[in-house]
Amino acid sequence: MRLEMQKRGAPSQVMSLMSPVLAIILTLITGAIMFGLLGFNPGKALYVYFVEPLLDPWSLQELVVKASPLILIAVGLTICYRSNNWNIGAEGQFTMGAIFGSVLPIMFPDFQNYAVFPIMLAMGAIGGGLFAYIPALLKNRFATNEILTSLMLTYVALLFLDFLVRGPWKDPDGYNFPESRLFNDYALTPSLFEGGRMHIGAVFAVVAAILVFVLFIRTLKGFEIKVIGETPRAGNFAGFSKEKMTVFAFVVSGALTGLAGILEVAGPIGQLRPTISPGYGFTAIIVAFLGRLNPIGAIFAGLLLALSYLGGEAAQVDLGISEKTAKAFQGILLFYVLACDTLIHYRIRIVWRNKLRAKEVA
Amino acid sequence: MRKLFAAAAAVALGLTASLGAQAADKTKVGFVYVGPVGDMGWSYQHDQGRQAIEKKFGDKVETTYVESVSEGPDAERVIEKLARAGNDIIFTTSFGYMNPTVKVAKKYPDVKFEHATGYKRADNVSTYAARFYEGRYVIGQIAAKMTKSKIVGYIGATPIPEVIRGINSFMLGAQSIDPDIKVKIIWINSWFDPGKEADAAKALIDQGADILVQHTDSAAPLQVAAERGVVGFGQASDMIKFAPKNQLTAIVDHWDEYYISRVQAVMDGSWKSEDTWGGFDMEMVHMADFTNMPEDVAKMAAETEAKIKSGELHPFDGPVYKQDGTLAVKEGETLDDGTLLGMNWYVQGIDGKVPQ
Repeated sequence: MRLEMQKRGAPSQVMSLMSPVLAIILTLITGAIMFGLLGFNPGKALYVYFVEPLLDPWSLQELVVKASPLILIAVGLTICYRSNNWNIGAEGQFTMGAIFGSVLPIMFPDFQNYAVFPIMLAMGAIGGGLFAYIPALLKNRFATNEILTSLMLTYVALLFLDFLVRGPWKDPDGYNFPESRLFNDYALTPSLFEGGRMHIGAVFAVVAAILVFVLFIRTLKGFEIKVIGETPRAGNFAGFSKEKMTVFAFVVSGALTGLAGILEVAGPIGQLRPTISPGYGFTAIIVAFLGRLNPIGAIFAGLLLALSYLGGEAAQVDLGISEKTAKAFQGILLFYVLACDTLIHYRIRIVWRNKLRAKEVA
Repeated sequence: MRKLFAAAAAVALGLTASLGAQAADKTKVGFVYVGPVGDMGWSYQHDQGRQAIEKKFGDKVETTYVESVSEGPDAERVIEKLARAGNDIIFTTSFGYMNPTVKVAKKYPDVKFEHATGYKRADNVSTYAARFYEGRYVIGQIAAKMTKSKIVGYIGATPIPEVIRGINSFMLGAQSIDPDIKVKIIWINSWFDPGKEADAAKALIDQGADILVQHTDSAAPLQVAAERGVVGFGQASDMIKFAPKNQLTAIVDHWDEYYISRVQAVMDGSWKSEDTWGGFDMEMVHMADFTNMPEDVAKMAAETEAKIKSGELHPFDGPVYKQDGTLAVKEGETLDDGTLLGMNWYVQGIDGKVPQ
């Protein structure tokens, strides 16, 4: 006896849209069982995890702070993934954006006026975009696998940041600690509310999502992305260049990611440090897929993922549940999203006896 | 829309105020750890201190911790979350929490904050650290007695003053026994990375080191020492169970007494912003049992420990010469704390340069 995956004739449209919702419900059920087994009241634990953070203006702000970079990165990734360009290196582009954007406040700390912040944003976007251009170039020129090159460049970026904050960019008054100087006031991301941590990164995230959404449904470029992504051969006949699309997708995605990087460094952190991201670039990949590779979907997916982090902390503080549960939740969620997607396109059949190979192929 | 924002802002302010004013009968104590409580090193020892508070005060306290909090943007949110949860005193136990701690402290003037190993203070922010270098002087002497190759392998995390000071103190201890001791240093640029630590340990042994000293937090170097038949010293906690035949002793962080005294001060209303830097004398640093060494060496080590504890001996008693031969402090005097805190030079006898 064995199990076999069989492609369904026509995947249900409704189920395709519902799949993330179904995955979330299944995650909650599994989570409840997990809490129960750990000896906590499942209802209360889920409440602390997923509801309480939404009831308090402070944690709502924090939710947005955490979600903004995830959304900004994921929106860019949707362009890549829809056009069959597998950019896995967002973490590196995030870091490079942060480094490029920090040139001004770190190397020219005395240059202080209202031009500083816009220049930093532009530099951040350029840094991320240029860094993402490398795997695109390699793919077009040498047919290298962009999954590998973009992922491995991430480590180059992380080590470069490490080198900078331990070496040339170390704070001269910082007792040799591996940190850059603190940014001056003109170089900090403006807050949306006085005293709050929510910053204009949130606005950038939403605007980027809307722009990319419009790009997808209203422009020729959007049509090009769709054709090249779904049927590369047809794209070829239509005269669309796959190479140019690769560059476009990587550079735009890298620029948005770099922007997220400098917004984060100039916002909640306020300086460069050896680690500036708790894995945003990788988590954003989950966000992009959870949002159905739809930029508007990415907003909701980003908020959900951010909620799972905040809920994890709340569960630690309020109930003493281990921080590992937050990670387990994200893993379970991704598992169900992928499982639901797979089962929408395939059905599982139990095969009782070995059949002929020919039949299997058919 | 604008009205809605205004209303939300008003609610936010109201909540902040009411939460700040909320006073509970129990003293609430919060902890933020950089690693998992099970790291058997730095975070583990802080959590031992938390448990000591619970044991000492029982029903009168309520402790909470958040573990594995990265030193980036998440730290500020977690610290603020603990402040909003009504904690009276919050210990943030890693250097990278310094700026977030100071930022949050500004917003919550009624909450007391204690930041470990930093240098920024405020009216409601104290700093504390331990004089681990005292332990390093003791192990320097032990190493000098035990080595046959006269080469000691030293694994450093990152060249901040804390670690440089430890290397110098170790070297001064070793030189007090045998002036010809050589030390080889490998920097791994991380505090906890068992893979890199083990690689560094192997490289040092291959270069002739027969004693390993580590200023990183995992037990990996000791395990390598056990495999390769050399000896070493534990870090942060007593690591004897990882290398029962190869650990000579360990420099143990011991926060219990300090944490209890600070919580007591909050209860009494006598808490003040202070900078505490304690060593053997304040029980902040302990030596694990002296094992796997001849009795006379163990006796000498215990005597040195006692002398440092009583103040009779200071590892940086003059004369101390810098690497380039200039005199750092003359005979009869001791290096002052300010110089120790910002230390970025090696003492004479160490080869190589401090990475800048």
